[in-house]
Amino acid sequence: MVLAPVPSATARLAGLRHELRAAPPAERAARLRELAYSIRRSDLEMISRAGQGHIGGDFSAADIVTVLYFAVLDVRPEEPEWAERDRFVLSKGHAAGILYSALSHAGFFPEAELTTFMEPLSPLNGHPNRRKVPGVETNTGPLGHGFPVAVGMAVAAKLDGSHRRTCVLTGDGELQEGSNWEAAMSASQQRLGRLTVIVDRNRFQQGAATEETSGLDPLDAKWASFGFDVRTVDGHDYEALYQALSEERSLDDRPLCLIADTIKGKGVSFIEDRVEWHHKVPTAEQTAAAFEELTAR
Amino acid sequence: MSTTAAASTTTAAAELHDCRKTFAETLIELAETDPRTVAVCNDSVGSSHLKEFQQRFPDRLVNVGIAEQLMVGAGAGLANGGRVPFVCAAAPFLTGRALEQIKADVAYSRTNVKLCAMSPGFAYGQLGPTHHGVEDFAWLRTLPEMVVLAPADPAETREALLWAHQYDGPVYLRIGRTKVPDLAPHVPFEAGRAACLRDGRDITLIGVGTTVSAALAASAKLAAEGVDARVLNFSTVKPLDEEALLAAAVETGRIITVEEANVHGGLGSAVAEFLAAREPVPMKLLGVRDEFTPTGSPAFLAEYFGIDAEAIARAARELTGAGQGAAA
Repeated sequence: MVLAPVPSATARLAGLRHELRAAPPAERAARLRELAYSIRRSDLEMISRAGQGHIGGDFSAADIVTVLYFAVLDVRPEEPEWAERDRFVLSKGHAAGILYSALSHAGFFPEAELTTFMEPLSPLNGHPNRRKVPGVETNTGPLGHGFPVAVGMAVAAKLDGSHRRTCVLTGDGELQEGSNWEAAMSASQQRLGRLTVIVDRNRFQQGAATEETSGLDPLDAKWASFGFDVRTVDGHDYEALYQALSEERSLDDRPLCLIADTIKGKGVSFIEDRVEWHHKVPTAEQTAAAFEELTAR
Repeated sequence: MSTTAAASTTTAAAELHDCRKTFAETLIELAETDPRTVAVCNDSVGSSHLKEFQQRFPDRLVNVGIAEQLMVGAGAGLANGGRVPFVCAAAPFLTGRALEQIKADVAYSRTNVKLCAMSPGFAYGQLGPTHHGVEDFAWLRTLPEMVVLAPADPAETREALLWAHQYDGPVYLRIGRTKVPDLAPHVPFEAGRAACLRDGRDITLIGVGTTVSAALAASAKLAAEGVDARVLNFSTVKPLDEEALLAAAVETGRIITVEEANVHGGLGSAVAEFLAAREPVPMKLLGVRDEFTPTGSPAFLAEYFGIDAEAIARAARELTGAGQGAAA
């Protein structure tokens, strides 16, 4: 592995997770928000420096990823392959920037490494590589891969009788890939109760709205008809995300689908909800303005 | 079904085997000895010979339904959870339908997944080219980290499977359905090493899978005509046994590759790519050419594409310039 963990990161992350879980909801939300905006700022700097990236989808997913890594998932940055860790799969691999930023904030590797994002031979490829970046479970990039792999992870846990959790984050446009529905049928058939699919429902794909391209609505009814428990939450409401993601579920429950209603580019007024920011890169002036907004919020 | 082309030219009494049977027995043995062992399939419990495995280890047979992309992805996920998944499906669907999953989830992610391609090549002869697994060598060979194996008889199938189980990384295994004889002599399987089944000085015949016994039968014909052919079993298509190829080129000067697969990108291409740079010698690449395979029995298709014993001997005579006056 090219990247080394930050010393004592495991204890620090576990301590923070326990504090957040024990905190009153308003305090928990405030602290998660602080972390999420710091993660966004690092991501903005990475993208601005690299001149490449997917800021829209990164920012729509930022709050979900933050809640997972700091309040939900039982992971150990210093032992990224600890057998009983909870699994998180970023199926929308083009949002690698927000994952790298979150992983470095959690101590899987030093934040200074983020400066190499997309540099030649950097471990921080435009899409995540598990062999180069500790904390990445499977290499994604082509869409529709994460959920099938997560099904296998959840089957492995179930065979072990283990309560470790498997969470996969998909884009919404990504659900146009048929492989997801193969996975949905089987996850439900096998009653993978500790598997959670989170849909980053920002309503945009690369070039247009999902509903103008190959519509997904009614998305909740689709998942329900495939045998999932379905919850719809505001994907930027920290407490709602925390409650939904920490819901206790048995090994034999129906799998859970969490539809997170999000805003593409959330956090920067001039980036929010504009399709062109799928992979547009901010200019120096825009970066400064965005950084200011992300600090003020 | 008629016997295979390969079998028809070996000794009349040779018993023929479906290697899937050995595969199934060995997989049960692996499941008994190693609790990590799981089988994953796409509704192919019958055609992958997994019925007994299912009865013995119902929890460890993961049948995802007719869904090859999920099947390969789930295999990668099981490997992530510490299992050793044997992902079983008919060769054309495993490779063609799930090629991107094989690339991203298995090879690029370097997961400990064993891809078991059942009934490859012309095994589903009469069903037509949609069901023929002849592109797999070309497709799989281009993926870094992937080991590509094609055992030639039951004993080698067992040994290759045992090796794949203990190897930590992605492996693609062709498991033959077309019946083959036991190879004589038996050379224990060693990953990455070609087995020399017959030494010779005039030409080298390189077989893989079903074509090894055909190459041996051809060598017997050629010996009777005074052509001394070396026969190599290239059961590891990737990584190539470069040492055996260099020795064959230097010591015999001519090489014929024979595969129940497309020669464009297949084993023949791999051998030619290597030798062109290191020790170019006259070659013939026998196998499927640039056309969709027609309908016919496996034996008919072997004859049609010139990979049966008679065709191999004919190609060897042409390449050596020998036996021009002799009867075929």
